[in-house]
Amino acid sequence: MKNIKFILAGIFFGIVLTKGEAISWYRMQEMFHFQSFHMFGIFMTAIPVGALSIMVLRKLNIKTTEGDSISIPDKTFHKGIIFGSLIFGFGWALTGACPGPIYAQLGSGVLVTIVTLASALFGTWTYALVRENLPH
Amino acid sequence: MEILYKPWPWYVAGPLIGLTVPLLLLLGNKRLGISSTLRQICAACAPANINFLKYDWKKEGWNLFFVGGLFIGGYLAGNVFGNPEPVAISTSAAATMNSWGIASFGGQMPESLFNFSSMLSLKGFLLIVVGGFMVGFGTRYAGGCTSGHGIFGLSNLQWPSLLATALFFAGGIIISTWVLPYILQL
Repeated sequence: MKNIKFILAGIFFGIVLTKGEAISWYRMQEMFHFQSFHMFGIFMTAIPVGALSIMVLRKLNIKTTEGDSISIPDKTFHKGIIFGSLIFGFGWALTGACPGPIYAQLGSGVLVTIVTLASALFGTWTYALVRENLPH
Repeated sequence: MEILYKPWPWYVAGPLIGLTVPLLLLLGNKRLGISSTLRQICAACAPANINFLKYDWKKEGWNLFFVGGLFIGGYLAGNVFGNPEPVAISTSAAATMNSWGIASFGGQMPESLFNFSSMLSLKGFLLIVVGGFMVGFGTRYAGGCTSGHGIFGLSNLQWPSLLATALFFAGGIIISTWVLPYILQL
């Protein structure tokens, strides 16, 4: 039952991504060709709002709804960020989807996205399998 | 009522996407990130004795509920209240699409390219199956995707996330500019 709030948060995120057309293959290609401000505008407003929020949460030492303190571990650099990010970028342009939008696209009724999701799962599984042999 | 069906401009969608960051932190000190759910599903369904998939995935089970909600949100905003009009991409983007043989911009993606029978052609296989594989492989290798690095990591001023996001775009630009036009001619 305590997970219902995360379903609701997911519904919110899904509605915003979809209504903002951030799950649109057309919008992604337009962005990669610098042919519209739309997607850049989304990133350039989402990030400052997120950053400002984190700053406020920290400054006021705000707790979660369950009374726990909020702590965020740092992201550490490893070589996988270089190779992995490029590989994901390639896939992003082909499918027009990041992992989040895949779920929303599926929900919006593009049934073939189930194959994109299955392929992405197989990609993650393959990474897990060969992980120890990859440069990190 | 018509307003419910209309897409939202960037200055509405962007800040609301940003607010998902404090929302999840407040709801339980959770970090926005979607690609980790792919690992979660692999760990739950096919751990196959792989070290990277042997962990207590139920402990982070919240994110499976989150993507369940994401699916419902897509259904509501894309189906029940879906925009019946084609996506209003810019005229220059429309010209690029036309040069690729894509004449209309309805739905989330060109239906002629993304369907179950096209998947069996080389073109569809590259777009859907190979593309999807790269998304799953690349995000886990990079330790995050557009949400985990691009929105959350950058909101938390993490330089590895800045590098990751720059390279997501670099990869996308390379494929969209120099490779995709050839794939679409297949």
